[in-house]
Amino acid sequence: MSFMHFIILLPFIAALFVPFIYKKWNTSLHTGWFVIIVPLFIFINLLLQIPAISNGETISISLEWIPSLGINFDIYLDGLALMFALIISGIGALVVLYSIFYMAKEREALHNFYIYLLMFMGAMLGLVSSDNVLVLYTLWELTSVSSFLLIAYWYERKRSRSGALKAMIITVFGGLAMLAGLIMLAMITDTYSIREMVANVDLIIESSLFLPAMLLILLGAFTKSAQFPFSIWLPDAMEAPTPVSAYLHSATMVKAGIYLIARMTPIFGGNESWFWLVGGIGVITLIYGSVRAVRQTDLKALLAYSTISQLGLIMSLLGVGSAALYFNIGNAQEIYAFAVFAALFHLFNHSTFKGALFMVVGIIDHETGTRDIRRLGGLMSIMPVTFTIALIGSLSMAGLPPFNGFLSKEMFFTGMLRASEVTVFGLDGFTILFPIIAWVASVFTFIYCMILLVKPFLGKLHREKLPKDNVHEAPFGMLVPPAILGSLVILIFFFPNVLANYILKPALVSVVPNVSMDSKLFEIKAWHGLGTELWMTIGVIIIGLLLFVSIKKWNIVLRVYPEKLSLNQLYNTGIESMEKRSESFTNRYMTGNIRHYLLYIFVFITVIMIGSLIGLEALSFNLSSQEEISVYDIGILVAMVAAAMTTLLTKNRITAIVSLGAVGYLMVMLFVIFRAPDLALTQMVVETVTTVLFLLCFYHLPKLGKRLEKMKFKVTNLIMSIGVGLTVTLMTLIATGHKISVPITDFFENAYELAGAKNIVNAILVDFRGFDTMLEIAVLLIAGLGVYTLIKLRPKGSENDEA
Amino acid sequence: MKPKPNDVILHTVTKLAAVIIFTFSIDLFWAGHHFPGGGFIGGLTTAAGIVLLYLSFDIERIQTNLPIDYKKMAALGVLISVATGMGGMIYGDNFLEQAFGYFDLPVFGETELATAVLFDIGVAFAVIGTAITIITSISEDEL
Repeated sequence: MSFMHFIILLPFIAALFVPFIYKKWNTSLHTGWFVIIVPLFIFINLLLQIPAISNGETISISLEWIPSLGINFDIYLDGLALMFALIISGIGALVVLYSIFYMAKEREALHNFYIYLLMFMGAMLGLVSSDNVLVLYTLWELTSVSSFLLIAYWYERKRSRSGALKAMIITVFGGLAMLAGLIMLAMITDTYSIREMVANVDLIIESSLFLPAMLLILLGAFTKSAQFPFSIWLPDAMEAPTPVSAYLHSATMVKAGIYLIARMTPIFGGNESWFWLVGGIGVITLIYGSVRAVRQTDLKALLAYSTISQLGLIMSLLGVGSAALYFNIGNAQEIYAFAVFAALFHLFNHSTFKGALFMVVGIIDHETGTRDIRRLGGLMSIMPVTFTIALIGSLSMAGLPPFNGFLSKEMFFTGMLRASEVTVFGLDGFTILFPIIAWVASVFTFIYCMILLVKPFLGKLHREKLPKDNVHEAPFGMLVPPAILGSLVILIFFFPNVLANYILKPALVSVVPNVSMDSKLFEIKAWHGLGTELWMTIGVIIIGLLLFVSIKKWNIVLRVYPEKLSLNQLYNTGIESMEKRSESFTNRYMTGNIRHYLLYIFVFITVIMIGSLIGLEALSFNLSSQEEISVYDIGILVAMVAAAMTTLLTKNRITAIVSLGAVGYLMVMLFVIFRAPDLALTQMVVETVTTVLFLLCFYHLPKLGKRLEKMKFKVTNLIMSIGVGLTVTLMTLIATGHKISVPITDFFENAYELAGAKNIVNAILVDFRGFDTMLEIAVLLIAGLGVYTLIKLRPKGSENDEA
Repeated sequence: MKPKPNDVILHTVTKLAAVIIFTFSIDLFWAGHHFPGGGFIGGLTTAAGIVLLYLSFDIERIQTNLPIDYKKMAALGVLISVATGMGGMIYGDNFLEQAFGYFDLPVFGETELATAVLFDIGVAFAVIGTAITIITSISEDEL
């Protein structure tokens, strides 16, 4: 195991020690102080990799796991992986620091919390650095599982549990689809390594599995990244503790889908359907999330929808940027690669300001006891620091200068405007929708950012509406992590090219290979002249402000939209009706009635047997080897049929028993005629015993409700019994006519020489095939003991029942 | 309460018949090697004889005169069969490998002795034990 592997797996190793540390020191010291060492250590070590990676080097180390199947934990650290790993470990450290002050050590099960969190961190780090698709999938599911555990951290709350379940179902559904897609890719290229898949991209494009693999992988990415229409799990996941929401559901896990899309772009990019699906779903999610966010009253729900919207933004940029793969070289490639560049930039920015905003909301929740904007107001003077951070975060999210959101928003508009010029992927006219939707969505983004900023902090404070009495500023430690993120937001605005040169450009090369890094296009400028983008931003601000001021007049329109048509409702009724349908379906055939089950069995036998006879064209008879039929045979058979019919048609049970006995004794006679004395003797005695036992049962039938009546006639029974009889008869006739191999009876005729016995049957039973006999007497013994225990050993309760 | 019926004829005939039945079943058992019969049918007829005894007399009296635990008898039968199978293994043969030979015994003259008969004894015991266990436990059940 190399040092790099140690770093990636460190969270898992650390998670093992958490419970012991918790048990030993929890009373004196918050467990989080031990945990925070882990992400910090990882973060610093990753920072040390930046110089090498930004020079275009990559780190790739293999660790054998299942070498015989080609499944190894191969680390491949390039620009994209490093960027994600830095976000994961950096924000991870801040979130742990925040959680130290957020989670009380007296009340909470901290060891659970930190184990889940470390598990998640390790899975996420491994996911972004793995080169092997199956390892990637394993860790992908581990992020789903640890997210499930974290959402349901307060498991005694019903909403936490249902939120966790919903997130689990949706993300695992997508994860499984993704697995299928990845396996398809592996089948085409005969490797599990992503790099080798990229190298064999020609094979993939020519393959007929190209489209299915793409759709399945997209399904995985869209469910994980909460894209439309799979976004419904994210708002419900807000039941998790706020540090978890900040970490998983804004900065890291929801970006796993983005990562996958970016990682797969060299394979699928440059294709028409990829462009339209990723770009299209992205803008739909963008507008859907921003419109829904405006009507939320819960701060975390608002942030959840805004996360959905921002993820849609990044996704649409990646979709548009995939056109760069189509052009592959030259100026056109750079123009579209710029969209990818913008996506990566915004991804980074979003992690900073959204993390800060979640922490701010957590502070408000922690200090006032509520997150409902209808109860909050006027917190600005009480919480000045929190307000400042919220101001930075929300203005950055709205896309205003001097914050980093402004830069990426401008680049977003540029990307979308260029998308409208794409003419190569068919549907030419529709590309104009990209900038229009983007602009409208930005207006709504502006509105909800204003809501987020104005409603809790400005206006009048209504102390009586708040659950907590002495509202005050958050403790210092709680303010440090959002403050760090907030200052990052500003720093990136003023020095964007430091970030661009060291982190974003290497990441860009991972997504769009052979793009030239020196191009002037990839320099971020805060002021780039009075372009269309700037006018669009000014438009967003003006229209957004107007709409925000008049929000009371028009937001009724949003509420007109019926809740019944929402995706959430659709999901709930879908799950419900699925449960109901499967239950009613099961109830329909699992009736508890043995007659029905027998019917299924017999229908199955008949259909399969007759079907295969016809299907295999086996309906041929060969009666040449049959013996001649004697008069005795006919006589006995006629008597047997008569006895069997009597058993069927009689009203009286005694008659049925006796006629059954008659069938048995006629069988004895058949054995005699066919020269089987041992069988005849045994059959005679056994028949006697069973008849006696039948009579005994009959004698003990309860008096109540005992009626002597004829068996009810049912047509299905008749058809079925005729069918089964016909099947068995046909099979017997066909089988006896076709002897495939020579019988082995000749061998047993030497019984006297081999076993010293003149009775062949007995010699077979005790000598040649004694093993069968041995087990048969064991069966007899078990049956006897069974009867004995059933009768003698009754549980005490049943005696009371009888009394 | 019904008066106790006088079963003199039944008792007398049973006493005679039982001897014949048992003799016949032993004959069936021994004949099994060369003629129709064997452990299974021999065991069943023996059981039939015992059932006849149960029918004519009451259960208590039979059990004092024939103090056999039939459950154990059935188990013993299975055990004997398995043990004869193990016997072959001692001599390095396969499990359940039967052997036979002809010996000159003092009274019987030249006689064929076969391990298969031991196996058959196990079968007979298992059959007798099981049959009687089933019948007595059902008949003793008060319902």
